[in-house]
Amino acid sequence: MWTWLHKLGSPKIFYNLANRLIPWFGWGALLLMLYGLYGGLVQAPADYQQGDSFRIMYIHVPAAWMSLFIYMVIAFCSAVYLIWKITLADIIARASAPIGASFTFLALVTGSLWGKPMWGTYWIWDARLTSELLLLFIYLGYMGLGSAIEDRRVAARACALLAIVCVVIIPIIHYSVTWWNTLHQGSSVSVMNQSSIDKSMLVPLLVMAFAFKFYYVAVVLVRARTDLLFQERKTNWVRKVLVNG
Amino acid sequence: MHPVRKRRLILVSLLIVGVSIAVGLMLMALGENLNVFYTPTQVHAGEVPSGHTFRVGGIVEEGSVVHDPDSLAVTFIVTDTANTTTIKYDGILPDLFREGQGILAEGKLDENGIFIATRVLAKHDEKYMPPEVDDALKAAQDIGAYKRNQ
Repeated sequence: MWTWLHKLGSPKIFYNLANRLIPWFGWGALLLMLYGLYGGLVQAPADYQQGDSFRIMYIHVPAAWMSLFIYMVIAFCSAVYLIWKITLADIIARASAPIGASFTFLALVTGSLWGKPMWGTYWIWDARLTSELLLLFIYLGYMGLGSAIEDRRVAARACALLAIVCVVIIPIIHYSVTWWNTLHQGSSVSVMNQSSIDKSMLVPLLVMAFAFKFYYVAVVLVRARTDLLFQERKTNWVRKVLVNG
Repeated sequence: MHPVRKRRLILVSLLIVGVSIAVGLMLMALGENLNVFYTPTQVHAGEVPSGHTFRVGGIVEEGSVVHDPDSLAVTFIVTDTANTTTIKYDGILPDLFREGQGILAEGKLDENGIFIATRVLAKHDEKYMPPEVDDALKAAQDIGAYKRNQ
């Protein structure tokens, strides 16, 4: 049952797979983003209340989704690393952290810029905004811990434990708007129920969400590939790759 | 599964469950303090800090907004459908402020139970739609009300 995992965990197989996948995800992200931005900024109608200001949603919402999604990837990889000791899981988790932190930062900044004209303030310490800011600090702490420990295997174990302990923030961020009174509104897009966002506005949003996901996959593969070559620098296959280009 | 890996899997699961319970209990203990505003019902029940700044949130009642013709001063009533709070504010209101809109006011209660706001924020809902759809929805509602009244 787990053979596919071990096969994928083999550095050489992963390196070749990454080489083949990166251009597809990279170009895919660019095309989806162009289409999503055109759909969101030009085609979608203005909102009945917020007018054109609501269009910042096409950056803010996918960035916020990515900040949660990437953290879940990190937590999953950390569990895989702690249980199966697959080095590649650690490499992917560590490569994901700066990307996740960037998306969290982007979500906070765009949300703040959106908050000023709509709510009347850049910031409020409500449950949603505070927990998302906490996620940014968790990302930064995770990255700091990783680079503070010289020994890679010790660092990997410490980071994995931290990531798993802090995964509890994810449901808190997601449900903060239902559990408590917040200034931030509830979720507009739902898998289970009907979304409270018009279809003409929803389609570009979902396209942007896929664009961000593709971008993440492309960048994480590039980062993981580089780290992998460095970690495996003493092996024969890396020597061959470096000599043959 | 290999017994060592199985043991590690159980340990990781226990760690997640343990942390979740700890954080869950902590959030339950914090309870009300995590809410960013009080409702008019809580204001009525006297659950709000007296003499301190706090926030009250609710829907601006239809027809309750009174502007002072000579200044920026405005008086309005917010409701959570059960109770209401009267709010006085002297300043610039956010663009989204209107009757029927959710708002959040920061300030203090005076001795007459009137809330003196120092800041008013607009809270918008999770609905996004083109203006035409909103018009169509309102028209449909009007027709429904008209038919009911016949």
